[in-house]
Amino acid sequence: MLASAILAVTVCGPSARAQEPARDDVIARGEYVARAADCAACHSVPGEAPFAGGMAFHLPTGTLYAPNITPDRQTGIGQYSEAEFSRALRRGIRRDGTTLYPAMPYPSYARLTDEDVHVLYVYFMQGVKPVVHVVAQDGMSWPMSMRWPLSIWRMLYAPDPKAVRQDMDRRTFADPLVARGSYLVEGPGHCGACHTPRALTMQEKALTAEDGPLYLSGGDAVDGWRPVSLRGENRTGLGRWNEQDIVRFLATGRMPLGAAFGGMTDAIGHGTQHMTDEDRLAIARYLKTISPAAPALARGWTYDPAVTDALHAGDVSARGARAYVDSCAACHRTDGHGYPTTFPPLAGNPVVMDPKPDSLIRIVLEGNTLRATRQAPSAFVMPGFAARMDDSTVADTVTFIRAAWGNDAPAVTVTDVARIRRTLSPEHPPVSVPMN
Amino acid sequence: MSDDARRLHPVDVVIVGGGWAGSIMAKEMTEAGRSVVMLERGPYRSTAADGAYPASIDELEANFRYKLFQDLSKNTVTIRNNSQQTALPYRRMAAFLPGEGVGGAGLHWSGVHFRMPPDDLRLRTRVIEKYGAKFIPEGMNLQDYGVSYEELEPFFDKAEKVFGTSGEAYMVKGQVVGKGNVFSPSRSDHFPLPALKDVYTAHLFRKAAEEVGFHPYSLPAANASRQYINPYGAQMGPCNFCGYCSGYACYMYSKASPNVNILPVLRRHPLFELRAGCHVLKVELDADGRRATGVTYTDPDGRVVTQPAEMVILTAFQFHNVRLMLLSGIGRPYDPVHNEGVVGRNFVYQNVTTSNVWLDRSIDTNQYIGAGGGGVAFDDFNSENFDHGPLGFVGGSPVWVNQAGVKAIAAARSGGPPGTPRWGSAWKAGVIDTYRHSLRIDAHGANMAYRDVYLDLDPTWKDAYGQPLLRMTFDWKDNDIRMNRYVVDRIGDVAKAMGARRVNLTKREFGKPFDTRQYQTTHLGGGAVMGNDPGTSALNRYLQSWDVHNVFVIGANAFPQGTGYNPTGMVAALAYWAAHHIRTTYLSHPGPLAG
Repeated sequence: MLASAILAVTVCGPSARAQEPARDDVIARGEYVARAADCAACHSVPGEAPFAGGMAFHLPTGTLYAPNITPDRQTGIGQYSEAEFSRALRRGIRRDGTTLYPAMPYPSYARLTDEDVHVLYVYFMQGVKPVVHVVAQDGMSWPMSMRWPLSIWRMLYAPDPKAVRQDMDRRTFADPLVARGSYLVEGPGHCGACHTPRALTMQEKALTAEDGPLYLSGGDAVDGWRPVSLRGENRTGLGRWNEQDIVRFLATGRMPLGAAFGGMTDAIGHGTQHMTDEDRLAIARYLKTISPAAPALARGWTYDPAVTDALHAGDVSARGARAYVDSCAACHRTDGHGYPTTFPPLAGNPVVMDPKPDSLIRIVLEGNTLRATRQAPSAFVMPGFAARMDDSTVADTVTFIRAAWGNDAPAVTVTDVARIRRTLSPEHPPVSVPMN
Repeated sequence: MSDDARRLHPVDVVIVGGGWAGSIMAKEMTEAGRSVVMLERGPYRSTAADGAYPASIDELEANFRYKLFQDLSKNTVTIRNNSQQTALPYRRMAAFLPGEGVGGAGLHWSGVHFRMPPDDLRLRTRVIEKYGAKFIPEGMNLQDYGVSYEELEPFFDKAEKVFGTSGEAYMVKGQVVGKGNVFSPSRSDHFPLPALKDVYTAHLFRKAAEEVGFHPYSLPAANASRQYINPYGAQMGPCNFCGYCSGYACYMYSKASPNVNILPVLRRHPLFELRAGCHVLKVELDADGRRATGVTYTDPDGRVVTQPAEMVILTAFQFHNVRLMLLSGIGRPYDPVHNEGVVGRNFVYQNVTTSNVWLDRSIDTNQYIGAGGGGVAFDDFNSENFDHGPLGFVGGSPVWVNQAGVKAIAAARSGGPPGTPRWGSAWKAGVIDTYRHSLRIDAHGANMAYRDVYLDLDPTWKDAYGQPLLRMTFDWKDNDIRMNRYVVDRIGDVAKAMGARRVNLTKREFGKPFDTRQYQTTHLGGGAVMGNDPGTSALNRYLQSWDVHNVFVIGANAFPQGTGYNPTGMVAALAYWAAHHIRTTYLSHPGPLAG
C-alpha cells in the first residue's frame, strides 16, 4: 500500500497535489518528521504563519533569510515535485539548480530515508497551509553573495546521499533503539549542526559518530550561545546524565542536573517535546554510546563542600562570592545545588564547566526563560543582570561559579564579559510572556 | 444597556473573576468538556512580568502604591458604621485590600491555607447544643453552612495538593501521625509538603506557648517548603523566606497563586478563553428572572458586550459577587428592618488585633525574614475548642506569630513602642529597637454576623460605569470585643513566658467604632451566604442561587459568619465542592440541586 503510494507520487511528479488527498496518518507522520527535523526553528517566525520563512540569520558575512516553505506556488515551494523536494533536502540543490547556503543542514538531511522524505513532502504539500509571503532578499556581501561557489563547497563537503545510504546500511547496531537514535541524531535531528565544531570553511568536522571524536564535541557559538559537548565527558559533556535524564530533558527542557537555554529551547519547543518517548529514549541511548572526546576528559566531577562551608560560615572573601550570595544564591543556593528541575544546579553543571564561558556569561547578562512544554506547563524566568552588574562583577561572579563546589573551569576576564556584552541585543522583549 | 450591546458567540459557561475560585471552576468545567470564558476586569499578570526580580520587590510600589490591587478610582464601596449614618466612599486603600487582575487576590495574598474547623461549619447547632439557644446574643444571625467537614474533606485535600501546601498533620485516617494542630480534625492524607521551618520568633513563641500549656502547631502555608509539581503538572519553586509575599507576585514561584498553580495548564486548554480588561456590569436574566442567559460587560475598548452562556459562575471578590447579584436582581435583597431577604445579609469581617512583644536587646528577632503563610499558632481559644459557657461570648480566635517579613517602610511607619516620640533621635532609637528586638503576635478572631450589619446598594454614589456602589454598614459588637479581649490576655501569658522586656497588648475597645483608615485584614465574608434555608441564605449548600438555578456564586461571600481562620482554603474547597456537584449532577440534570 505504502509502496504503491510512493510509486504513484514518483510517477506523477509535480501533479501529485492534484491527486486524491493523502491519508491523514501520512500527513501526521510527515508532521512528526518535520518536528524531528526541527524545520520550524528556521522557517517559522514566532507569531507568524508556520513555515512562511523570513527568519533572519545574522552572519559575519551578511544576513540570510530562511525561505518560505509553505506550498504556495509563487512564493513558497508549491511547484516542487517530490524529486525536487528530495534533492533540495538531501543535496542542497534548489529547484532552479542553484545551491542552498549550508545553513540548511542538508549534509545531515542527506541521511533521511526515502520514506521520511516522502511523508515530509506530503505534509508540506497537503498538511501545511499555503501562505503568500515574499521573504526579504539575502543581504550577503560579496563574495558570499554569489551562489556558484556554494556548489563547489557542496561538492567538496556535502555527502552524497547514495553513499550515505550505503554507509547507513553497512553500519550495524546490536540494539535497534541505538540504530534509531543514530538516525534521529545524525539525520533529521541534525544535532551536529550546532554541537559539532566547524572548520574554517564552515563544514562540520564530523557528521557521524564514526567520523571521530570531534563529532558532537561542542560547537561554535550560535546566536551567542555555545552548544556544549553531547559526548561522554564527565565534567563538560553528558557523562553524568543517564538515559532518563536525557529523555526528560528532551521532553521538558529540565532535569535534575540542568535546564535548557539558548537555541536548545527552540529545539525542544519545536522538536523533541513532540517526539514519542521511544524516540527520545533512542536518542538518549545513542548519545550514551559516544565516548569522551579524549580519555583525560573522563575524569570525574565530585562535589567539594569547601565553598559551601565558607559561605555558611559567613566568609564571602573569595572573588565573586559576595555577588553570588547577593544575586544568585536565592535560587541556586549557597551549596550550588539549586532546586532541581525548577532552578538548575550550578555545582557540576557541564555548561558551567565548559571550556568556553560564553553561555554562562550570556545567561548572567541577559537571563533566560525556561519555556513551558507539553509535559511541563510551567515556565521559569531568570532575570538578566546586565543592567545591575558591571563587567568586572559579572567576571567575578562567573569565575566564582566556575571554580566552586568541585567545578574546575578557568577564570573569566573582564574582556570576556565585555565581548559578550557588546553582542547583546539592545532589548529583549519576550517572544511571549509565560502564562505562570 | 444590553439592548444595543454586541452579542458574542454563546459559550457553555461564563465565569466572572479570574482569581482562585474562577480558575478552579474554569479548570473543572473544561475538564467536564464545557467551553469556558473567564472575564477578569484587571490586566493579565504573570510572574515573568509582575514578579521579575529584583524590580518586583519594591515595597513602595507594591505595598504603598498598591500595584496589584483594585483601582478604586473606577469602583469602590461606601462605608458607614450604622444605618443612621450616610456612607462615604472608600477612596484610599487601608482597612482591606481587594485585588484586581488575573490571579485576583490570589496573586497578592500571603498564603495561610486552612481548612474550616468542623464546629465552625455548624456553629449555630453547636452553640445551641453546648450552651442553649438563649446563649446567642440578641441581634446575632448565627447560622450553619449546611455542609459538613466530612463532606468537604476530599475537596480540602484536593485544594492543598493543587496549592502545594506545607504543613504538619496531626491526624490522618484517624491515626495520630505528627505534631500538627491537636484540635484539627482527621485528614484523608498528609499535607503535600512538610511544614516550613520556624523562623526564630515563631520558634520562641512555640516554646513559650508549650510552657504555658497551649498546643502550638505550624501554620499550614501555601508557600512551598520545597520545589513541587502539583496534580495539574504545574511547578512551584521553594520558599526562601524573603518576606515579599503579601502584595507581591512571588519571584520564586513558591507562593501558590492561580497564575502559578492553575493558569499555565488552563490557558493551554482549547475550551478555555481568558479575557482580561473586561468589567462585568450585570448577569442577564430571562423574562421571568428564573434563568441567567449570560453576562454584559465592558471590554477593554469600552464597548458594551453581551456574552451569552448556559451557566454563569460568579467568582469575583466577596463583595463584588454580592454587588453583582444586587445589580442583576438575583435573590431578594436583604432588609435589615425586618431581617428578611438574603442578598447583603450576614456581612462579616475578621476580628484581628496585633500585639507587640519586645525581647531582651541581646536577642535579634530578624523580622526581615518571613513567609506569608508561615509561623506558629495555637488554637486553644479558637472555634469551639474551649468552653464559652462561663465566658459569655460566641466565637474564638487562633493566636499566632505569622512573621511575613517586615520591610523597611513598614518598619519605619510602625515606629517604636507606645509613647515613643514621632521624630528625632528617640524615634530612631525606638524604631531600631522595635525592628531588631520585637515580634508581633496576632489574635486572628472570628467576627459574628449581626442583623444590622449588612451590604446594600448605595443610594447616592455611583461607579465609573454609572452603577451604584455597594454600601457596607459595619461596626464591631460587644460579643466580638469580649472575645478579642479574653484571647489577647492569653497572649500576655505567652509573652511573659517568652521573657518579654515589654509587652503592648492590643485589644479591641468597647464603643470604639470600626476605623477604615487602619489596615486590618482583607478577609471579608458573607453577604450571599450558603445554607439549607432559603429564608436565611442566598445560596444553597452547593453555592447555587436558590432563585436562578444556573447561577453559582463562589467565594467567602458564602460564609454565614466569620471564622478565626484565613478564608482562602475554604473558598478553594467550596469551589471544588460546587464543581463536583455541577459535574456529577447539574450538567446532566440542570435545575435546583437542593430544594
